Amino acid sequence: MQTDRYSLFALLREAMRGNTGWKPAWRKATPAPTYDYVIVGGGGHGLATAYYLARRYGGQRIAVVEKGWIGGGNVGRNTTIVRSNYLLPGNEPFYECAMKLWEGLEQDINYNAMVSQRGVLNLFHNDAQRGAYIRRGNAMRLHGVDAELLDTQAVREKVPFLNFDDARFPIRGGLLQRRGGTVRHDAVAWGYARAADRLGVDIIENCEVTGIRLEGGRAVGVETTRGFIGAGKLGLACAGNSSRVAGMAGLRLPIESHVLQAFVSEGIKPFIDCVVTFGAGHFYISQSDKGGLVFGGDIDGYNSYAQRGNLPVIEDVCEGGMALMPRIGRVRLLRHWGGIMDMSMDGSPIIDHTPVQGLYLNAGWCYGGFKATPASGLCFAHLLARDEPHPVATAYRLDRFARGAVIDEKGMGAQPNLH
Amino acid sequence: MRLTCPFCGSRGVEEFTYRGDATVRRPAGEASAEAWVDYVYLRDNPAGPHQELWYHGAGCRSWLVVTRDTRTHQITEVRAARAVAQAEHKEGAA
Repeated sequence: MQTDRYSLFALLREAMRGNTGWKPAWRKATPAPTYDYVIVGGGGHGLATAYYLARRYGGQRIAVVEKGWIGGGNVGRNTTIVRSNYLLPGNEPFYECAMKLWEGLEQDINYNAMVSQRGVLNLFHNDAQRGAYIRRGNAMRLHGVDAELLDTQAVREKVPFLNFDDARFPIRGGLLQRRGGTVRHDAVAWGYARAADRLGVDIIENCEVTGIRLEGGRAVGVETTRGFIGAGKLGLACAGNSSRVAGMAGLRLPIESHVLQAFVSEGIKPFIDCVVTFGAGHFYISQSDKGGLVFGGDIDGYNSYAQRGNLPVIEDVCEGGMALMPRIGRVRLLRHWGGIMDMSMDGSPIIDHTPVQGLYLNAGWCYGGFKATPASGLCFAHLLARDEPHPVATAYRLDRFARGAVIDEKGMGAQPNLH
Repeated sequence: MRLTCPFCGSRGVEEFTYRGDATVRRPAGEASAEAWVDYVYLRDNPAGPHQELWYHGAGCRSWLVVTRDTRTHQITEVRAARAVAQAEHKEGAA
């Protein structure tokens, strides 16, 4: 008998019999000629969509098509931070929905995703920033989300090694969301893939979409490197490449693709027990369970599909780190990488119908996509199954740009590299 | 990545500021709302050669039109934006 469900009992039994009974986490599915739902993109969002579609909406005959392998895209290229500390009413309920799903995720999908609610601390360095964070914290609390304002002393007690008395950017306090934290990103991809597979979803890897077949103005399926796959409803969850794939159906999107780099240091002893963000530059850091410091900063700032960036941003990120915590100066960088972001024109995502019948869009995640994964999947599944937006995602419409109803958290306007 | 500025020569990318797709054109004031939405928000976002605007802020302060492959970051052409605009204007007049 093969072991299907992970538990302490299963672990003991497999230990006794030399780990011979573990089933592969998901099948190597071959594409069927047609499905009720085809999701393009086997990243976190696509897999979560397929899972919730099967689990909560009774969807059947579902396929996820992925051009590479599961976990090879942005879901494995982020800094693993989860939080729901947004300001605007269009965003906050959605990200809190994601936070609640993270809290129950491991039981739900029977997979250890190492959800760690270690807290996310956003530092501020002057009165204006303090005012902005008080406003944000209040907005969060009005939506029933936890937020705490810490003064300098409280920050000192929590993370005593920061550069508090810097002449230009002294640390005046921080906004703390204790329920925020980190989640093992690869495990999210593998866990959703496994859970979806158990519900009968076909996960088709190494299957790149090369065209979208339209009949009478309606999307009826996708041309792929493994042949045509018919679809009752076609959902795109391929952020980074959304413009390219939507372009196959003749759509132009309010999106530019940009590269974001992330970094891991060599492993060191336990040092930072929460997520800390610098308020005077763009720098965020946490420590993985292996001991590596995981950190990142700004996007490179120019259109790119290259999955690698340039040195000036590496320098800028490391300068931010040195300004905030000079004691990491001797730690060596172990590796860094780049991922391709859908940078939308207002910095917020899109989960909506498209003008093409039967074609649905989940895109524009900028560099906030990982934390959104469960809610993005749930809301996209809701849209696909019911043909109406999920109550927490009603603001993420594609036509909001034309209507002037943009959701611009940073107030930067239609300039994607500034969000 | 380095850009070869027509006035300053080869310079590191950190001297420049990016301003996006250089092929979008501001519509006439009386153009339709759709034309304006298209201009402000919609982009081709190609994976391949891309014409884009860069500003040489830490150099000659010229605006440049750079043709760069977004898959490889290879730069094939850098022209002064002024020259591009003048050539376009000439074409329009002829």
